Amino acid sequence: MDLSRFLNPDVVALRPSGIRKFFDIAETMDDVISLGVGEPDFATPWHIRQAGIQSIEDRKTRYTANRGLHALREEIAAYMRRRFGLTYDPASDVLVSVGGSEAIDAAVRALVCRGDEVILPQPSFVCYEPIVRMAGGVPVVLETRAENEFRLTPAELEAALTERTKLLVLPYPCNPTGAVMERADLEGIARVIREHDLFVLSDEIYAELTYGVDHVSIASLDGMRDRCVVVNGFSKTYSMTGWRLGYACGPADVLTQMTKIHQFAIMCAPTTAQYAAIEALRNGDEDVQKMRAQYDARRRIMVDGFNKIGMDCFEPRGAFYAFPSIRRSGMTSDEFCEKLLYSQHVAIIPGTAFGACGEGFVRASYCYSVSHIKEALSRIEAFLREIGS
Amino acid sequence: MKEKLLALLNEDARYTAAELATMLGVGEGEVRDAVAELEKSGVIRGYKTLIDWASVDDVHVTAIIELKIVPQADEGFEQIAERIAGFEHVESVYLMSGGYDLCVIVTGQTFQKVAMFVAKRLATMDGVTSTATHFVLRRYKDMGVAMCDSPDDRGRISL
Repeated sequence: MDLSRFLNPDVVALRPSGIRKFFDIAETMDDVISLGVGEPDFATPWHIRQAGIQSIEDRKTRYTANRGLHALREEIAAYMRRRFGLTYDPASDVLVSVGGSEAIDAAVRALVCRGDEVILPQPSFVCYEPIVRMAGGVPVVLETRAENEFRLTPAELEAALTERTKLLVLPYPCNPTGAVMERADLEGIARVIREHDLFVLSDEIYAELTYGVDHVSIASLDGMRDRCVVVNGFSKTYSMTGWRLGYACGPADVLTQMTKIHQFAIMCAPTTAQYAAIEALRNGDEDVQKMRAQYDARRRIMVDGFNKIGMDCFEPRGAFYAFPSIRRSGMTSDEFCEKLLYSQHVAIIPGTAFGACGEGFVRASYCYSVSHIKEALSRIEAFLREIGS
Repeated sequence: MKEKLLALLNEDARYTAAELATMLGVGEGEVRDAVAELEKSGVIRGYKTLIDWASVDDVHVTAIIELKIVPQADEGFEQIAERIAGFEHVESVYLMSGGYDLCVIVTGQTFQKVAMFVAKRLATMDGVTSTATHFVLRRYKDMGVAMCDSPDDRGRISL
Protein backbone atom coordinates (compact mmCIF):
# COMPACT_ATOMS: atom_id res chain seq x y z
CA MET A 1 0.00 0.00 0.00
CA ASP A 2 1.26 3.43 -0.86
CA LEU A 3 1.28 5.39 2.36
CA SER A 4 2.72 8.57 0.95
CA ARG A 5 -0.67 10.28 1.04
CA PHE A 6 -0.62 9.91 4.83
CA LEU A 7 2.84 11.34 5.29
CA ASN A 8 3.63 14.93 6.09
CA PRO A 9 5.38 16.28 2.98
CA ASP A 10 7.43 18.68 5.11
CA VAL A 11 8.94 15.72 6.93
CA VAL A 12 9.35 13.68 3.76
CA ALA A 13 11.24 16.63 2.29
CA LEU A 14 13.81 16.58 5.10
CA ARG A 15 17.03 15.12 3.82
CA PRO A 16 18.32 12.20 5.85
CA SER A 17 21.77 12.59 7.31
CA GLY A 18 24.18 12.72 4.36
CA ILE A 19 26.42 9.90 5.46
CA ARG A 20 23.98 6.99 5.58
CA LYS A 21 25.62 5.14 2.68
CA PHE A 22 29.03 5.70 4.12
CA PHE A 23 27.85 4.52 7.51
CA ASP A 24 26.49 1.29 6.03
CA ILE A 25 29.80 0.47 4.32
CA ALA A 26 31.75 1.12 7.52
CA GLU A 27 29.47 -1.10 9.58
CA THR A 28 30.07 -4.11 7.32
CA MET A 29 33.88 -3.99 7.48
CA ASP A 30 35.35 -5.78 10.45
CA ASP A 31 38.81 -4.21 10.62
CA VAL A 32 37.82 -0.58 10.39
CA ILE A 33 39.86 1.95 12.32
CA SER A 34 37.36 4.68 12.98
CA LEU A 35 37.85 8.32 13.83
CA GLY A 36 34.18 8.76 13.13
CA VAL A 37 32.30 9.00 16.39
CA GLY A 38 30.99 12.06 18.16
CA GLU A 39 31.00 10.59 21.64
CA PRO A 40 33.62 10.05 24.34
CA ASP A 41 35.39 6.70 24.71
CA PHE A 42 35.56 6.97 28.50
CA ALA A 43 32.98 5.19 30.58
CA THR A 44 30.86 7.48 32.74
CA PRO A 45 32.89 7.99 35.96
CA TRP A 46 32.04 5.23 38.40
CA HIS A 47 30.73 7.43 41.21
CA ILE A 48 28.23 8.95 38.77
CA ARG A 49 27.10 5.52 37.58
CA GLN A 50 26.78 4.49 41.23
CA ALA A 51 24.53 7.46 41.96
CA GLY A 52 22.24 6.27 39.16
CA ILE A 53 22.25 2.71 40.49
CA GLN A 54 21.64 3.93 44.04
CA SER A 55 18.63 5.94 42.92
CA ILE A 56 17.10 2.81 41.39
CA GLU A 57 17.76 0.85 44.58
CA ASP A 58 16.12 3.68 46.51
CA ARG A 59 13.00 3.29 44.33
CA LYS A 60 13.46 6.65 42.64
CA THR A 61 11.76 5.22 39.59
CA ARG A 62 8.87 7.62 39.04
CA TYR A 63 8.33 10.79 37.02
CA THR A 64 10.05 13.89 38.26
CA ALA A 65 8.71 17.42 37.95
CA ASN A 66 8.34 18.36 34.27
CA ARG A 67 11.23 20.79 34.53
CA GLY A 68 13.41 18.16 36.23
CA LEU A 69 14.36 17.44 39.83
CA HIS A 70 14.58 20.64 41.84
CA ALA A 71 17.91 19.53 43.33
CA LEU A 72 19.32 19.07 39.84
CA ARG A 73 18.06 22.46 38.66
CA GLU A 74 19.70 24.00 41.72
CA GLU A 75 23.01 22.33 40.83
CA ILE A 76 22.69 23.53 37.23
CA ALA A 77 22.00 27.10 38.40
CA ALA A 78 24.96 26.88 40.78
CA TYR A 79 27.19 25.67 37.92
CA MET A 80 26.08 28.53 35.65
CA ARG A 81 26.83 30.98 38.44
CA ARG A 82 30.26 29.68 39.42
CA ARG A 83 31.39 29.04 35.87
CA PHE A 84 29.96 32.01 33.93
CA GLY A 85 28.67 34.41 36.58
CA LEU A 86 25.14 33.90 35.24
CA THR A 87 22.12 33.94 37.53
CA TYR A 88 19.22 31.62 36.77
CA ASP A 89 16.33 30.85 39.09
CA PRO A 90 16.02 27.06 39.38
CA ALA A 91 12.26 27.45 39.76
CA SER A 92 11.63 29.25 36.49
CA ASP A 93 14.77 29.62 34.34
CA VAL A 94 16.05 26.04 34.04
CA LEU A 95 14.68 23.07 32.09
CA VAL A 96 16.16 19.57 32.25
CA SER A 97 15.80 17.91 28.86
CA VAL A 98 16.41 14.62 27.08
CA GLY A 99 19.89 15.46 25.86
CA GLY A 100 20.91 18.85 24.49
CA SER A 101 19.02 18.05 21.28
CA GLU A 102 15.60 18.12 22.89
CA ALA A 103 16.39 21.47 24.50
CA ILE A 104 17.41 22.81 21.08
CA ASP A 105 14.19 21.54 19.56
CA ALA A 106 12.04 22.99 22.34
CA ALA A 107 13.81 26.36 22.14
CA VAL A 108 13.36 26.59 18.36
CA ARG A 109 9.71 25.58 18.60
CA ALA A 110 9.09 28.08 21.39
CA LEU A 111 10.70 30.94 19.45
CA VAL A 112 10.30 30.40 15.72
CA CYS A 113 7.12 31.25 13.84
CA ARG A 114 6.34 30.25 10.26
CA GLY A 115 8.58 32.25 7.95
CA ASP A 116 10.97 33.48 10.63
CA GLU A 117 14.57 33.36 9.52
CA VAL A 118 17.08 31.56 11.69
CA ILE A 119 20.78 32.11 11.12
CA LEU A 120 22.79 28.90 11.19
CA PRO A 121 26.57 29.18 11.01
CA GLN A 122 28.01 26.13 9.23
CA PRO A 123 29.83 23.76 9.23
CA SER A 124 27.94 22.76 12.35
CA PHE A 125 25.96 19.99 13.97
CA VAL A 126 23.36 18.45 11.69
CA CYS A 127 20.22 18.87 13.79
CA TYR A 128 19.70 22.63 13.62
CA GLU A 129 18.50 22.86 10.04
CA PRO A 130 15.83 20.11 10.18
CA ILE A 131 14.61 21.34 13.57
CA VAL A 132 14.18 24.86 12.21
CA ARG A 133 12.37 23.52 9.15
CA MET A 134 10.02 21.39 11.22
CA ALA A 135 9.15 24.47 13.25
CA GLY A 136 8.23 26.24 9.99
CA GLY A 137 11.26 28.52 10.15
CA VAL A 138 13.58 29.38 7.31
CA PRO A 139 17.17 28.35 7.87
CA VAL A 140 19.65 30.93 6.62
CA VAL A 141 23.02 29.26 6.36
CA LEU A 142 26.00 31.41 7.16
CA GLU A 143 29.22 29.86 5.92
CA THR A 144 32.11 30.30 8.31
CA ARG A 145 35.57 30.18 6.81
CA ALA A 146 38.84 28.39 7.44
CA GLU A 147 40.79 31.66 7.27
CA ASN A 148 38.74 32.90 10.25
CA GLU A 149 39.33 29.58 12.00
CA PHE A 150 35.62 28.92 11.45
CA ARG A 151 34.57 31.69 13.82
CA LEU A 152 31.51 33.77 13.10
CA THR A 153 32.32 37.43 12.42
CA PRO A 154 29.99 40.38 13.15
CA ALA A 155 30.25 41.54 9.52
CA GLU A 156 29.17 38.15 8.19
CA LEU A 157 26.30 38.06 10.65
CA GLU A 158 25.16 41.57 9.79
CA ALA A 159 25.25 40.80 6.07
CA ALA A 160 22.92 37.84 6.58
CA LEU A 161 20.22 39.77 8.44
CA THR A 162 16.85 40.61 6.93
CA GLU A 163 13.58 41.92 8.36
CA ARG A 164 12.51 38.35 9.02
CA THR A 165 15.61 37.39 11.03
CA LYS A 166 14.68 36.39 14.55
CA LEU A 167 17.18 33.92 15.91
CA LEU A 168 20.88 33.13 15.74
CA VAL A 169 22.04 29.63 16.58
CA LEU A 170 25.53 29.91 18.02
CA PRO A 171 27.26 26.51 18.03
CA TYR A 172 30.55 27.03 19.87
CA PRO A 173 32.77 25.22 20.77
CA CYS A 174 31.94 23.76 17.39
CA ASN A 175 31.27 20.26 16.15
CA PRO A 176 32.80 19.52 13.59
CA THR A 177 35.46 22.24 13.33
CA GLY A 178 36.68 22.48 16.93
CA ALA A 179 36.45 26.28 16.61
CA VAL A 180 35.87 28.41 19.70
CA MET A 181 34.62 31.98 20.08
CA GLU A 182 36.58 34.04 22.58
CA ARG A 183 35.23 36.97 24.55
CA ALA A 184 36.34 39.56 21.99
CA ASP A 185 34.73 37.54 19.17
CA LEU A 186 31.49 37.28 21.11
CA GLU A 187 31.42 41.00 22.01
CA GLY A 188 31.10 41.83 18.31
CA ILE A 189 28.31 39.30 17.81
CA ALA A 190 26.48 40.51 20.94
CA ARG A 191 26.57 44.08 19.65
CA VAL A 192 24.85 43.04 16.41
CA ILE A 193 22.30 41.00 18.33
CA ARG A 194 21.40 43.95 20.59
CA GLU A 195 21.35 46.51 17.79
CA HIS A 196 19.04 44.42 15.65
CA ASP A 197 16.93 43.15 18.54
CA LEU A 198 17.58 39.43 17.92
CA PHE A 199 17.59 36.35 20.10
CA VAL A 200 20.33 33.70 20.48
CA LEU A 201 20.22 29.96 20.95
CA SER A 202 23.70 29.20 22.23
CA ASP A 203 24.58 25.52 22.03
CA GLU A 204 27.35 25.18 24.62
CA ILE A 205 27.38 21.40 24.94
CA TYR A 206 31.20 21.40 24.62
CA ALA A 207 31.70 24.28 27.09
CA GLU A 208 33.92 22.21 29.39
CA LEU A 209 36.04 20.82 26.57
CA THR A 210 38.31 23.68 25.59
CA TYR A 211 42.09 23.66 25.56
CA GLY A 212 44.24 26.56 26.66
CA VAL A 213 41.24 28.88 26.60
CA ASP A 214 38.22 29.15 28.91
CA HIS A 215 34.79 28.99 27.36
CA VAL A 216 32.83 32.24 27.55
CA SER A 217 29.05 32.12 27.36
CA ILE A 218 27.55 34.84 25.19
CA ALA A 219 24.75 35.09 27.76
CA SER A 220 27.27 36.48 30.26
CA LEU A 221 27.98 39.58 28.14
CA ASP A 222 26.30 42.92 28.77
CA GLY A 223 22.57 42.88 28.14
CA MET A 224 22.65 39.36 26.70
CA ARG A 225 21.31 37.23 29.54
CA ASP A 226 17.69 37.84 28.58
CA ARG A 227 18.38 37.44 24.85
CA CYS A 228 19.80 33.95 25.10
CA VAL A 229 18.76 30.41 25.73
CA VAL A 230 21.90 28.50 26.70
CA VAL A 231 21.84 24.76 26.01
CA ASN A 232 24.26 22.42 27.70
CA GLY A 233 24.23 18.81 28.85
CA PHE A 234 26.02 15.90 30.41
CA SER A 235 26.83 13.78 27.34
CA LYS A 236 30.16 15.22 26.32
CA THR A 237 31.37 16.70 29.60
CA TYR A 238 30.85 13.64 31.77
CA SER A 239 30.93 10.97 29.10
CA MET A 240 27.20 10.33 29.57
CA THR A 241 25.87 10.15 25.99
CA GLY A 242 23.62 7.17 26.62
CA TRP A 243 21.98 8.69 29.69
CA ARG A 244 20.27 11.27 27.49
CA LEU A 245 20.38 14.33 29.67
CA GLY A 246 20.75 17.97 28.83
CA TYR A 247 19.37 21.30 29.94
CA ALA A 248 18.46 24.80 28.91
CA CYS A 249 18.79 28.03 30.88
CA GLY A 250 17.29 31.33 29.91
CA PRO A 251 14.75 34.02 30.75
CA ALA A 252 11.61 32.71 32.47
CA ASP A 253 9.28 33.92 29.70
CA VAL A 254 10.98 31.69 27.15
CA LEU A 255 11.63 28.77 29.48
CA THR A 256 7.96 28.68 30.49
CA GLN A 257 6.97 28.11 26.87
CA MET A 258 9.73 25.55 26.33
CA THR A 259 8.59 23.73 29.44
CA LYS A 260 5.08 23.38 27.99
CA ILE A 261 6.46 21.78 24.84
CA HIS A 262 8.66 19.49 26.93
CA GLN A 263 5.79 18.64 29.25
CA PHE A 264 3.43 17.59 26.46
CA ALA A 265 6.01 15.75 24.35
CA ILE A 266 8.27 14.19 26.96
CA MET A 267 6.78 14.55 30.48
CA CYS A 268 10.20 14.61 32.10
CA ALA A 269 13.79 13.60 31.44
CA PRO A 270 14.84 10.11 32.63
CA THR A 271 14.77 10.02 36.43
CA THR A 272 17.81 7.76 36.89
CA ALA A 273 19.89 10.00 34.68
CA GLN A 274 18.81 13.05 36.68
CA TYR A 275 20.07 11.54 39.93
CA ALA A 276 23.35 10.61 38.28
CA ALA A 277 23.62 14.16 36.94
CA ILE A 278 23.31 15.66 40.42
CA GLU A 279 26.34 13.61 41.45
CA ALA A 280 28.17 14.69 38.28
CA LEU A 281 27.67 18.39 39.02
CA ARG A 282 28.46 18.04 42.71
CA ASN A 283 31.54 15.83 42.53
CA GLY A 284 32.61 15.51 38.91
CA ASP A 285 35.05 18.40 38.43
CA GLU A 286 38.11 16.21 38.87
CA ASP A 287 36.83 13.68 36.31
CA VAL A 288 36.29 16.44 33.78
CA GLN A 289 39.77 17.78 34.40
CA LYS A 290 41.31 14.34 33.83
CA MET A 291 39.35 13.67 30.66
CA ARG A 292 40.14 17.14 29.34
CA ALA A 293 43.87 16.52 29.89
CA GLN A 294 43.60 13.26 27.92
CA TYR A 295 41.68 14.90 25.08
CA ASP A 296 44.26 17.66 24.97
CA ALA A 297 47.17 15.21 24.59
CA ARG A 298 45.28 13.32 21.86
CA ARG A 299 44.33 16.56 20.13
CA ARG A 300 47.95 17.61 19.88
CA ILE A 301 49.03 14.22 18.52
CA MET A 302 46.27 14.30 15.93
CA VAL A 303 46.68 17.88 14.74
CA ASP A 304 50.45 17.50 14.58
CA GLY A 305 50.00 14.22 12.68
CA PHE A 306 47.66 15.73 10.07
CA ASN A 307 49.93 18.71 9.51
CA LYS A 308 52.95 16.43 9.11
CA ILE A 309 51.33 14.31 6.41
CA GLY A 310 50.24 17.37 4.47
CA MET A 311 46.61 17.67 5.55
CA ASP A 312 46.60 21.28 6.77
CA CYS A 313 44.78 21.55 10.04
CA PHE A 314 44.19 24.72 12.05
CA GLU A 315 44.45 24.29 15.79
CA PRO A 316 41.03 23.29 17.13
CA ARG A 317 40.67 24.62 20.66
CA GLY A 318 37.36 23.07 21.64
CA ALA A 319 35.18 19.95 21.44
CA PHE A 320 37.01 16.77 20.40
CA TYR A 321 37.42 17.05 16.65
CA ALA A 322 40.08 18.05 14.17
CA PHE A 323 38.95 19.43 10.81
CA PRO A 324 41.85 19.07 8.38
CA SER A 325 41.82 20.09 4.73
CA ILE A 326 41.89 17.46 1.99
CA ARG A 327 42.15 19.98 -0.87
CA ARG A 328 45.58 18.72 -1.92
CA SER A 329 44.08 15.35 -2.84
CA GLY A 330 42.04 17.02 -5.58
CA MET A 331 39.02 14.99 -4.43
CA THR A 332 35.73 16.02 -2.92
CA SER A 333 35.32 15.27 0.78
CA ASP A 334 32.89 12.49 -0.05
CA GLU A 335 35.24 10.84 -2.52
CA PHE A 336 38.16 11.17 -0.17
CA CYS A 337 36.35 9.54 2.74
CA GLU A 338 34.86 6.74 0.66
CA LYS A 339 38.16 5.87 -1.01
CA LEU A 340 39.99 6.05 2.30
CA LEU A 341 37.45 3.69 3.80
CA TYR A 342 37.70 1.16 0.95
CA SER A 343 41.45 1.37 0.62
CA GLN A 344 42.72 1.65 4.20
CA HIS A 345 39.61 0.89 6.20
CA VAL A 346 39.74 4.18 8.05
CA ALA A 347 36.43 5.90 8.77
CA ILE A 348 36.34 9.70 8.96
CA ILE A 349 33.45 12.00 8.15
CA PRO A 350 33.25 14.23 5.06
CA GLY A 351 33.02 17.90 6.04
CA THR A 352 29.98 18.23 3.78
CA ALA A 353 27.92 16.20 6.27
CA PHE A 354 27.92 19.43 8.32
CA GLY A 355 26.97 21.80 5.54
CA ALA A 356 28.01 22.44 1.95
CA CYS A 357 30.81 24.75 3.10
CA GLY A 358 32.49 21.75 4.75
CA GLU A 359 33.65 20.78 1.24
CA GLY A 360 37.40 20.34 1.17
CA PHE A 361 37.55 19.22 4.80
CA VAL A 362 37.02 16.08 6.85
CA ARG A 363 36.14 15.62 10.49
CA ALA A 364 38.30 13.33 12.61
CA SER A 365 37.37 12.69 16.21
CA TYR A 366 40.02 12.23 18.88
CA CYS A 367 37.77 10.30 21.25
CA TYR A 368 40.21 7.43 20.88
CA SER A 369 43.39 6.20 22.53
CA VAL A 370 46.67 7.65 21.32
CA SER A 371 47.71 4.30 19.85
CA HIS A 372 44.44 4.12 17.90
CA ILE A 373 44.95 7.66 16.59
CA LYS A 374 48.52 6.85 15.57
CA GLU A 375 47.42 3.75 13.68
CA ALA A 376 44.70 5.71 11.88
CA LEU A 377 47.14 8.49 10.95
CA SER A 378 49.65 6.03 9.53
CA ARG A 379 46.94 4.43 7.40
CA ILE A 380 45.81 7.85 6.18
CA GLU A 381 49.42 8.63 5.31
CA ALA A 382 49.62 5.38 3.32
CA PHE A 383 46.42 6.38 1.52
CA LEU A 384 47.87 9.78 0.59
CA ARG A 385 50.93 8.06 -0.85
CA GLU A 386 48.72 5.69 -2.77
CA ILE A 387 46.80 8.52 -4.43
CA GLY A 388 50.05 10.40 -5.05
CA SER A 389 49.05 13.43 -3.01
CA MET B 1 55.48 20.29 32.76
CA LYS B 2 57.18 17.71 35.06
CA GLU B 3 53.84 16.54 36.49
CA LYS B 4 52.23 16.35 33.05
CA LEU B 5 55.22 14.47 31.67
CA LEU B 6 55.07 11.97 34.52
CA ALA B 7 51.33 11.53 34.07
CA LEU B 8 51.84 10.70 30.38
CA LEU B 9 54.69 8.27 31.09
CA ASN B 10 52.60 6.67 33.79
CA GLU B 11 49.91 6.15 31.16
CA ASP B 12 52.27 4.69 28.55
CA ALA B 13 56.03 4.38 29.05
CA ARG B 14 56.52 3.74 25.35
CA TYR B 15 55.55 7.20 24.14
CA THR B 16 58.51 8.52 22.16
CA ALA B 17 60.19 11.80 23.05
CA ALA B 18 58.68 13.29 19.89
CA GLU B 19 55.17 12.22 20.87
CA LEU B 20 55.60 13.47 24.41
CA ALA B 21 56.88 16.78 23.06
CA THR B 22 53.81 17.11 20.81
CA MET B 23 51.39 16.23 23.59
CA LEU B 24 53.01 18.66 26.00
CA GLY B 25 53.53 21.41 23.45
CA VAL B 26 57.27 21.70 24.15
CA GLY B 27 60.47 20.86 22.26
CA GLU B 28 61.74 17.33 21.90
CA GLY B 29 65.11 18.24 23.45
CA GLU B 30 63.32 19.64 26.46
CA VAL B 31 61.49 16.33 26.94
CA ARG B 32 64.71 14.32 26.63
CA ASP B 33 66.44 16.52 29.19
CA ALA B 34 63.52 16.33 31.60
CA VAL B 35 63.29 12.54 31.36
CA ALA B 36 67.05 12.17 31.83
CA GLU B 37 66.89 14.42 34.89
CA LEU B 38 63.95 12.47 36.36
CA GLU B 39 65.79 9.21 35.80
CA LYS B 40 69.01 10.55 37.28
CA SER B 41 67.34 11.96 40.37
CA GLY B 42 65.51 8.69 40.96
CA VAL B 43 61.98 10.03 40.44
CA ILE B 44 61.68 7.58 37.54
CA ARG B 45 62.82 4.23 38.91
CA GLY B 46 62.37 2.14 35.80
CA TYR B 47 60.08 1.03 32.98
CA LYS B 48 58.32 -2.33 32.96
CA THR B 49 55.69 -4.15 30.97
CA LEU B 50 52.31 -4.84 32.51
CA ILE B 51 51.67 -8.52 31.81
CA ASP B 52 48.52 -10.50 32.41
CA TRP B 53 50.29 -13.66 33.52
CA ALA B 54 47.01 -15.51 33.88
CA SER B 55 46.68 -15.58 30.11
CA VAL B 56 50.24 -16.90 29.72
CA ASP B 57 50.29 -19.74 32.24
CA ASP B 58 48.50 -20.70 35.43
CA VAL B 59 51.53 -21.34 37.61
CA HIS B 60 52.36 -17.76 38.36
CA VAL B 61 51.32 -17.12 41.92
CA THR B 62 51.15 -13.87 43.86
CA ALA B 63 50.62 -13.56 47.58
CA ILE B 64 50.13 -10.59 49.84
CA ILE B 65 51.68 -11.23 53.24
CA GLU B 66 50.90 -9.25 56.35
CA LEU B 67 53.82 -9.13 58.73
CA LYS B 68 53.85 -7.98 62.31
CA ILE B 69 57.22 -6.80 63.45
CA VAL B 70 58.90 -5.76 66.69
CA PRO B 71 60.58 -2.50 65.72
CA GLN B 72 64.23 -2.28 66.63
CA ALA B 73 65.76 0.52 68.63
CA ASP B 74 67.27 3.24 66.40
CA GLU B 75 66.47 1.41 63.18
CA GLY B 76 62.68 1.14 63.55
CA PHE B 77 61.41 -0.89 60.62
CA GLU B 78 64.08 0.15 58.15
CA GLN B 79 66.58 -2.65 58.57
CA ILE B 80 64.12 -5.52 58.49
CA ALA B 81 62.24 -3.97 55.57
CA GLU B 82 65.46 -3.72 53.59
CA ARG B 83 66.39 -7.29 54.42
CA ILE B 84 63.00 -8.50 53.22
CA ALA B 85 63.21 -6.37 50.09
CA GLY B 86 66.47 -8.09 49.25
CA PHE B 87 64.78 -11.40 48.46
CA GLU B 88 64.39 -11.96 44.75
CA HIS B 89 60.80 -13.19 45.02
CA VAL B 90 59.66 -10.14 46.91
CA GLU B 91 58.02 -7.76 44.49
CA SER B 92 56.95 -5.00 46.89
CA VAL B 93 57.38 -4.08 50.54
CA TYR B 94 55.24 -1.39 52.15
CA LEU B 95 55.15 -0.03 55.70
CA MET B 96 51.50 0.06 56.71
CA SER B 97 49.24 1.84 59.12
CA GLY B 98 46.61 -0.22 60.91
CA GLY B 99 46.51 -3.83 62.03
CA TYR B 100 49.94 -4.94 60.84
CA ASP B 101 53.31 -3.42 60.00
CA LEU B 102 54.72 -4.58 56.68
CA CYS B 103 52.84 -5.60 53.57
CA VAL B 104 55.00 -7.90 51.43
CA ILE B 105 53.99 -8.93 47.93
CA VAL B 106 55.65 -12.14 46.82
CA THR B 107 55.50 -13.91 43.49
CA GLY B 108 56.48 -17.50 42.78
CA GLN B 109 55.83 -20.40 40.48
CA THR B 110 53.58 -22.42 42.79
CA PHE B 111 51.51 -21.97 45.92
CA GLN B 112 53.86 -24.44 47.61
CA LYS B 113 56.97 -22.44 46.81
CA VAL B 114 55.46 -19.19 48.01
CA ALA B 115 54.19 -20.85 51.20
CA MET B 116 57.61 -22.35 51.89
CA PHE B 117 59.27 -19.01 51.29
CA VAL B 118 57.03 -17.43 53.90
CA ALA B 119 57.51 -20.24 56.39
CA LYS B 120 61.25 -20.60 56.01
CA ARG B 121 62.46 -17.12 55.12
CA LEU B 122 60.03 -14.57 56.45
CA ALA B 123 58.47 -16.15 59.54
CA THR B 124 61.84 -17.06 60.94
CA MET B 125 63.39 -13.61 60.72
CA ASP B 126 64.34 -11.88 63.94
CA GLY B 127 61.68 -9.37 64.87
CA VAL B 128 58.86 -10.98 62.85
CA THR B 129 56.15 -11.94 65.32
CA SER B 130 53.44 -13.15 62.93
CA THR B 131 52.60 -13.63 59.27
CA ALA B 132 49.31 -13.95 57.42
CA THR B 133 49.49 -15.04 53.77
CA HIS B 134 46.76 -14.19 51.29
CA PHE B 135 46.97 -15.63 47.79
CA VAL B 136 45.75 -13.61 44.84
CA LEU B 137 43.10 -15.61 43.00
CA ARG B 138 42.37 -13.27 40.14
CA ARG B 139 43.45 -9.86 38.94
CA TYR B 140 40.66 -7.60 37.77
CA LYS B 141 42.73 -4.46 37.51
CA ASP B 142 46.44 -3.84 37.89
CA MET B 143 48.41 -0.58 37.81
CA GLY B 144 45.27 1.22 36.74
CA VAL B 145 44.66 -1.12 33.80
CA ALA B 146 41.60 -3.39 33.63
CA MET B 147 42.57 -7.02 33.07
CA CYS B 148 39.53 -7.79 30.96
CA ASP B 149 38.74 -6.49 27.51
CA SER B 150 35.93 -4.02 27.22
CA PRO B 151 35.27 -3.72 23.50
CA ASP B 152 34.46 -0.35 21.99
CA ASP B 153 30.69 -0.65 21.65
CA ARG B 154 30.22 2.72 20.02
CA GLY B 155 29.03 2.77 16.43
CA ARG B 156 31.70 3.27 13.79
CA ILE B 157 30.27 6.62 12.89
CA SER B 158 28.08 9.12 14.65
CA LEU B 159 27.64 12.82 14.10
